[in-house]
Amino acid sequence: MEKKLALQMRGITKRFGSVVANNHVDLDVYQGEILAILGENGCGKTTLMNMLAGIYFPDEGEILINGKEVVISSPKDAFDYRIGMIHQHFKLVDLFTAAQNIILGMEEQGRYNLKEVNTRVSGIAAKYGFHLDPQKKVYEMSVSEKQTVEIIKVLYRGADTLILDEPTAVLTPQEIDRLFAVLKKMKEDGKSVIIITHKLNEVLEVSDRVAILRRGEHIATVNTCETNEAQLTEMMVGKKVELTIRRPDPVDPTPRLFVRNLNLYDEEHVQVLKNISFTANGGEILGIAGIAGSGQRELLESISGLQQLESGEIIFKNPKKDRPVTFFHKSMKKVQELGKEHAFHDGNGREISFEGMRRSEIRKLVESGKVLFREDETINLRDRTPLEIRQLGVHLSFVPEDRLGMGLVGSMDLTDNMMLRSYRKGTAGFLDRGKPKALAEQIIEELQIVTPGVSTPVRTLSGGNVQKVLVGREIAYAPKVLMAAYPVRGLDINSSYTIYDLLNQQKESGVAVIFVGEDLDVLLALCDRILVLNGGAVTGIVDARTATKEEIGLLMTRTESREGGEARE
Amino acid sequence: MSKERNREVREPLIHLTRRSSMKPLQAWGIRILAVLLGLLICGIAAFLLVDKLQKNPERIGEFYYTFIRGSFGTPRKAWKFFKDLAILLSIALALTPAFRMRFWNTGAEGQTLMGVLGAISVAFYWGGKIPEWLLLVLMFASSLLCGAVWGVIPALFKAKWNTNETLFTLMMNYVASYIVAYFLVIWVPSGSSNLGKLKYGKLPSFGHDYLVIILVTLLLTAALHIYLNYSKHGYEINVVGESVRTARYVGIGVGKVIVRTMILSGALCGLAGYMIAAGLDQTITTESVGGQGFTAIMVCWLAKFNPIGMILTSGLVTLLDHGAAQISQDFSVAADFPDVVVGIILFFIIGSEFFINYQLHFRGHGKEESVK
Amino acid sequence: MNIWLDFFIDSLAFGATFIYGSTGEILTEKAGHLNLGIPGIMCMGGAGGCLMLNLIGNSSLPGFLIVILGILGSFCAAMLMGLIYSFLTVTLRANQNVTGLALTTFGAGLMKVLMKQADPVVYLVGPKQLFRFPFAGRTDSLQRLGVLFFLAVAIAILASWVLFRTRVGLNLRAVGESPATADAAGINVTRYKYLATMVGSGIAGLGGFFYIIDYMASQEAYLSLEAFGWLSIALVIFALWRPHLTILGSTVFGLLFSCSSYISNIPGVMVTMAAKPILKMLPYAVTILVLIVTSVRNKRENQPPASLGLSYFREER
Repeated sequence: MEKKLALQMRGITKRFGSVVANNHVDLDVYQGEILAILGENGCGKTTLMNMLAGIYFPDEGEILINGKEVVISSPKDAFDYRIGMIHQHFKLVDLFTAAQNIILGMEEQGRYNLKEVNTRVSGIAAKYGFHLDPQKKVYEMSVSEKQTVEIIKVLYRGADTLILDEPTAVLTPQEIDRLFAVLKKMKEDGKSVIIITHKLNEVLEVSDRVAILRRGEHIATVNTCETNEAQLTEMMVGKKVELTIRRPDPVDPTPRLFVRNLNLYDEEHVQVLKNISFTANGGEILGIAGIAGSGQRELLESISGLQQLESGEIIFKNPKKDRPVTFFHKSMKKVQELGKEHAFHDGNGREISFEGMRRSEIRKLVESGKVLFREDETINLRDRTPLEIRQLGVHLSFVPEDRLGMGLVGSMDLTDNMMLRSYRKGTAGFLDRGKPKALAEQIIEELQIVTPGVSTPVRTLSGGNVQKVLVGREIAYAPKVLMAAYPVRGLDINSSYTIYDLLNQQKESGVAVIFVGEDLDVLLALCDRILVLNGGAVTGIVDARTATKEEIGLLMTRTESREGGEARE
Repeated sequence: MSKERNREVREPLIHLTRRSSMKPLQAWGIRILAVLLGLLICGIAAFLLVDKLQKNPERIGEFYYTFIRGSFGTPRKAWKFFKDLAILLSIALALTPAFRMRFWNTGAEGQTLMGVLGAISVAFYWGGKIPEWLLLVLMFASSLLCGAVWGVIPALFKAKWNTNETLFTLMMNYVASYIVAYFLVIWVPSGSSNLGKLKYGKLPSFGHDYLVIILVTLLLTAALHIYLNYSKHGYEINVVGESVRTARYVGIGVGKVIVRTMILSGALCGLAGYMIAAGLDQTITTESVGGQGFTAIMVCWLAKFNPIGMILTSGLVTLLDHGAAQISQDFSVAADFPDVVVGIILFFIIGSEFFINYQLHFRGHGKEESVK
Repeated sequence: MNIWLDFFIDSLAFGATFIYGSTGEILTEKAGHLNLGIPGIMCMGGAGGCLMLNLIGNSSLPGFLIVILGILGSFCAAMLMGLIYSFLTVTLRANQNVTGLALTTFGAGLMKVLMKQADPVVYLVGPKQLFRFPFAGRTDSLQRLGVLFFLAVAIAILASWVLFRTRVGLNLRAVGESPATADAAGINVTRYKYLATMVGSGIAGLGGFFYIIDYMASQEAYLSLEAFGWLSIALVIFALWRPHLTILGSTVFGLLFSCSSYISNIPGVMVTMAAKPILKMLPYAVTILVLIVTSVRNKRENQPPASLGLSYFREER
């Protein structure tokens, strides 16, 4: 089959400071094909495509369209050459309606008439089988609707070449199928579709050809029908790798965290968590799946004390049975109170209540290690601030989604970031930077973090190293519960596997791990159980060893709940 | 639609990239170059504005020399230079904790004025009735309190409802100035609003009238440097400033830190007001602070919120101010000429940051050239 | 005419200063730039207009031309200030707060230096009546509403129309909300930012001109101009970033300001000397109140443009 060249990139090079993002990359795109650009995170796929879209300007090399050399120095130039890009982080104005976003920046003749635009938008949507209300504001939209707006925006401008950057990352399996159907329709229309991805199964499913990038270099372009997963992986990573995630069997899972009937409203009085109930076990990884924005962030923030709950309980069970009480986390007052509540025994079945004892005597007794807990301790974390949770002796670690905006301070160095959790130690008004510095050095060593030193601002590190700093710090705190939100987002394969290993190590040492993920394949391979969220409610908790992707995909979008329904009683 | 275009025409003339880092020495070189360029433009501006220069262009050398002479021409001028530097520096220092927290306190003018009012009202009512040392102590406490109150009001609303502090503190300046106007109407029965020098409540002078102020400001600089970089409070301020969400995540009470820091910032402004009241003026007008609250914002920013660096930047601004004032005297220009000079130089320094943070690439084949 | 009507019309006229200032600032803020240089820009707008009149005030040009040239002089001088601001904050991506403050220092200083060289007899006494068209010569308070007042109202309404009913407005709002989005949609972000800032500055400058030449019509007027620049910036919040609402807000501010001079004329009201400063404080106190109220009722559509105060660099990683 003879195909016509749509565009070519020749010897494209792009540097950011000392980093070479693309090194002499060549690429051909034909009309009426779907070309997949495959590569690990950080290999320069997006950078390369951004140069077609006019976001970046290449340092070297040339771009040819229909055989003629062109210069694309702004997004407007790209539109003039009928190239449209759908960015991974949608570029939409939240306050505008779909139609307003679609016509943004267009120099059309005639009066500014939104009604007419609305009709045309609906027309395009109908042609490719989308559902879209042109008058809906973007901030009221779901992720998949936003993506639809982006695609129609590009089609409305009459693009012949569509570039989609990781379009499936935020979609359910069913939505992905629909998207692929649309892409195939566009291909039949004679358009060139470029899809950036790091997922092999998608490449094999939808593309005609695959271009593989590794560390900014173009490795090869192959026909999809002539290749297989193993070959692609090897080209992508540069060596033969076993792409299976280790999943040790849970050892003696014991309930550690009980979440009961959580309800939460956001600042605009919209209910974001609806009657959430589940139990997280020590020695187990509990996955949380759901479309982006289904309440994952709010749930983790509620547990770690960052949200003001409407109702519900978060109960932390501290395994203390037959262990001595210490003054490390409990004050003298608290110990005395617990004594009155029959919490202690002496190891021989006799209760210790401290009745009639002086404080100095109590202190002596406790410090001798002979005062043992009778039962496991239960602590309600509801309405506690993060600081209070710490002071209660609950070791709760949280790796938030926004690493540099929440978990770390980008402009501070490694030492000061290590200190974030512990700077209050000691009674003096001044900081002790000695221990944090030692910790930073230890984490650099153990997790093989690439950094010039401990006094480098973390913002200047690469994504994988930033994440290692954050996870390293949270693990150093010896957690009993470890929550991680999208911990491998944007990381290359090696760093991702380091993180999986760290989570598994924690699991094996008895920690209750809660893992919020977006890649269903990873969730199914890594977790023991998977909780599915939809619209702030639990629509199901499934066994990750037996569940299928489609099953979870359905739970991610269904409206009424199964297990959550029982909890609502 | 896709038109063929000429490559030479379409390739961007200048292409920008962000610099990863620059050697401090080079960065300072750029800043000094900017100041020199600014001075050159000031000379040109002077030609356009100053009649005497237009008639005698050869006096341009004298024009630049006057900058130095205005500040250090006589011992009296030098003392005055260091005094003005100290007051400006102390207000800039007061702003630093707030700015590090990204709380854009534009209300230093009002907070300082309230500090002056606090001191003067104590001196007005109790001067001569209690021992002088007690009076000075009470004035001190009153200054700090008034400044702190003026600083904490916007902070409370910021902490509770995230009320825009830039405009809030700005408006508080005017409220403060009318409060002073109110008291002047009450205190001065003649209605002239001219209070005159008060007899009581003057800081003792050790050797020189200005020495105390200069020493206190130096001490303050060192103290603030230590507070911001080595104390737990300072660390909290930095975390809140960099990211409120990180602060919440690690359990820092953001509202508490905002309020605490603005009490400190306001109280330090009050201290500057005390130095103006008890150390210098011993009277009050609505113009007692004279716009230094605004100038201090720029001094603080130019030094990148670094207390030690502020000695330099406040020195520069004071130098320009005194020099230009001398010029307006010698060349008979309007008294507001210093503002023009300070403005121009600031434009150049502000603009020079661009060349420190970004690198320019000019059109050409792979040849890279950076602009110094 | 009765005192109440005088009071109202005077306030209306005074409000024009703020209509210009706030409308100008809104245009700038809609492009994502918080311009704290407005006071300086208004000062220079005043100076530019007056200097132009100083040149042509005694000439034999027809009256309408003198008015137009005066307005142009003011607009252009203020626009040049806007150019300095745009160059520093858009092209050189400097901190907007500091640039604005420096611009205010510079503008207020330069205006005072320049105005010393102008002759009030030439720029003020003659042209004053020309700007009072169509009510020039009347003895009642209506004479206070002149060309520049009606121009202010027209500009505010026009600005609202452009912002919310045209493509240009849509694009401009997108630039202020999310420059990266606007850029990816093919909008020339830099051009929009420059244009909005410069046109906005020009409009704000007219406010200074109006205040000196028409409302105060006094050669000392320029000394008190700076404070109104700050209030204009505050009024933007009051107007919820909608230029037509500045007309309402400005009238309220005008009422508050005129209140201290009119209150003693009202029969049956006695004010002491000490009450005057307190009354003068009112506009500022009310502004603070408005700030607080709008922050408490925090509604999505009434927020400042999302990327206000942030510099934009396309190749940011």
